Amino acid sequence: MSPGGAPVLDVDALLDDPATRIVVCCGSGGVGKTTTAAALALRAAERGRHAVVITVDPARRLAQSLGLTELDNTPRRVPGTEGDGSLHAMMLDMKRTFDETVAANADAEKAAQIFDNPFYQALSSSFAGTQEYMAMEKLGQLRRSDEWDLIVVDTPPSRSALDFLDAPKRLGRFLDGRLLRFLGSPARSGPLRLIGAGLGLVTGVVARVLGAQLLRDVQSFVGAFDSVFGGFQERAEQTYRLLQAEGTAFVVVAAPEQDALREASYFVDRLSAERMPLAGLVLNRTQHVLAPDLSAARASAAAEALETAGEHPLAAAVLRLHTGRVRRRDRERRLRDRFAAEHPEVGMVEVPARPEDVHDLDALREIGRALGGSDSAG
Amino acid sequence: MSSRDRDWDGARLHVVTGKGGTGKTTVAAALALALAAEGGRVLLVEVEGRQGIAPLFGVPPLSYEERRVAAAGRGEVRALSVDAEEALVEYLDLFHGLRRAAGALRRFGAVDFVTAIAPGARDVLLTGKVSEAVRRRSRPGGPHVYDAVVLDAPPTGRIARFLDVTAAVSGLARVGTVRDHADQVREVVHSAETVVHFVTLLEEMPVQECLDGIAELRALGLNVGGVLVNKVRPALLEDSVLTAAAGGVVDVDALARGLQAAGLPEPDGLARRLSGEVVEHARHVRMEREARERLAAAARPCYDVALLEEGVDLAGLHRLAESLRAQGAV
Repeated sequence: MSPGGAPVLDVDALLDDPATRIVVCCGSGGVGKTTTAAALALRAAERGRHAVVITVDPARRLAQSLGLTELDNTPRRVPGTEGDGSLHAMMLDMKRTFDETVAANADAEKAAQIFDNPFYQALSSSFAGTQEYMAMEKLGQLRRSDEWDLIVVDTPPSRSALDFLDAPKRLGRFLDGRLLRFLGSPARSGPLRLIGAGLGLVTGVVARVLGAQLLRDVQSFVGAFDSVFGGFQERAEQTYRLLQAEGTAFVVVAAPEQDALREASYFVDRLSAERMPLAGLVLNRTQHVLAPDLSAARASAAAEALETAGEHPLAAAVLRLHTGRVRRRDRERRLRDRFAAEHPEVGMVEVPARPEDVHDLDALREIGRALGGSDSAG
Repeated sequence: MSSRDRDWDGARLHVVTGKGGTGKTTVAAALALALAAEGGRVLLVEVEGRQGIAPLFGVPPLSYEERRVAAAGRGEVRALSVDAEEALVEYLDLFHGLRRAAGALRRFGAVDFVTAIAPGARDVLLTGKVSEAVRRRSRPGGPHVYDAVVLDAPPTGRIARFLDVTAAVSGLARVGTVRDHADQVREVVHSAETVVHFVTLLEEMPVQECLDGIAELRALGLNVGGVLVNKVRPALLEDSVLTAAAGGVVDVDALARGLQAAGLPEPDGLARRLSGEVVEHARHVRMEREARERLAAAARPCYDVALLEEGVDLAGLHRLAESLRAQGAV
């Protein structure tokens, strides 16, 4: 199926290609990223890949759609898959990932100092970008472990769909920034003295606003973190390069709605600016129509005629139902075509809306078939 | 104002949350119009820089400046996009007379630190600006500038942390002025004049997140308002037809006769294809009804917000606002 003349996103070719090692699903909240990631991973596994899917949502979404009751920070084998491949799934525990990363980069004494620091405790459990940073860190870890030949990663439900690209850099910039250097060694002399007046003002303001205790916590955190920081920064950069590498594919997921497509559009531009390899767009949960030859106008006129005559209430109601579905589909197609016109190079595949929720492998398999292009109803 | 009985009469701050994708911005906008309908001045605020409000009202992107976006009856809706950096600068100016320090703060990464990294500080700045708008008076002792403030809040997964500002800063800034600021915000957020409404769709995950979010906010002692069920479609088919169709049974012959009577070609084939649509629809309705039953566990008033088939625009928002008023919400 080639929606609206746009190039087709050939999901099966992508999943079957042994060179494809990482698939990143991104998009705004509520568009079905997690389900799409799980369906892609399952389809890949059942086509012979050894796949692992990382989800970062705190909710039980993936657990439910994979029929699992518990997901922790370790990939678990998903039972019930068919074929020679295998599927593992894990839910990211951001605090644990952060702790493990610190432990791997610091000696025991330094690590203990860091874990005890109140600023670290807050940073590792609530900083807006930590989840994104740790999702990428975990992705890097799994990739380096080389235990799986395909990693599918679902991105966090950020305030902005792009946070997972920006947050690691922002945290890195902060940890490497002038403010922290200064806070980490307030007594330092030399060149810093020249800009000391400005910095003095800044630390004075930060101390007044946030309290001097916070500054002391930050200072001791930086002192302890300094020794492991190089490792952190280097790994963040490695992961960023990994995302740009051949073998990585970004799949943007969008619902056929104005907001979601606007975000998708922004995302496509941003990925291209960052030279991130975009595979294409999944237009998720589209309205499909089983009687496409009956137009909305004709169905609506027929319903009205029956209603006026006061006859055949069943047929009249069904025609009204059909009218609504066709109108909705037409509106979705207009939005889709506008997106396609703005991004003629982006391949697309549609996944029809399902009447019911997804909570088992069969439903994921069906979504996988639609992603593979073999369920092109409507 | 009229004396009709409305569920949220005493509220002045309406916080609207919901799972991502449930349409909370649309519902927040409709709620603001409904609140303004009887002559009030209402402020609609977004805090995530998504610029979701402007396209709904067909106006240019919002800035950190309150601007009229719609007239509603005798009232009006103004809108504001709160940016944490600008809120910080304003805060420094108001409380410390330090507006000019902003440049130096930015250069040394302190603005980035406070607004993006220092955990909790960002949320205090954002809720602080909202609280200021709620408390603002035209002159000391005079009437409030806004009769109501509607906050298009972060999604359900983050709402408790967002509103629980005291916890956010208490672990960190134990003494700084941001702590005093947080205490004031806390007073507004916990007051009887603040309610938190939840937007949901009749689907499993949004309903689950809605119920979880309500429990979480109750545990924090916040006032949970209503549940706004978005994208509700009119019931077209009778219950007996729906029940049978959900089990895969549709009276295809009766349908074909009706299609023939309406003069449509090939009524038998058409009836078979349309019956497939009926079965899907019936299964969807069954899922929606189960979701609605689960929502009843929250024991909160529910309001329906209709699906706008043609997309959301100002005329559609006015229809939704009118319907919210008719349902007695505001």
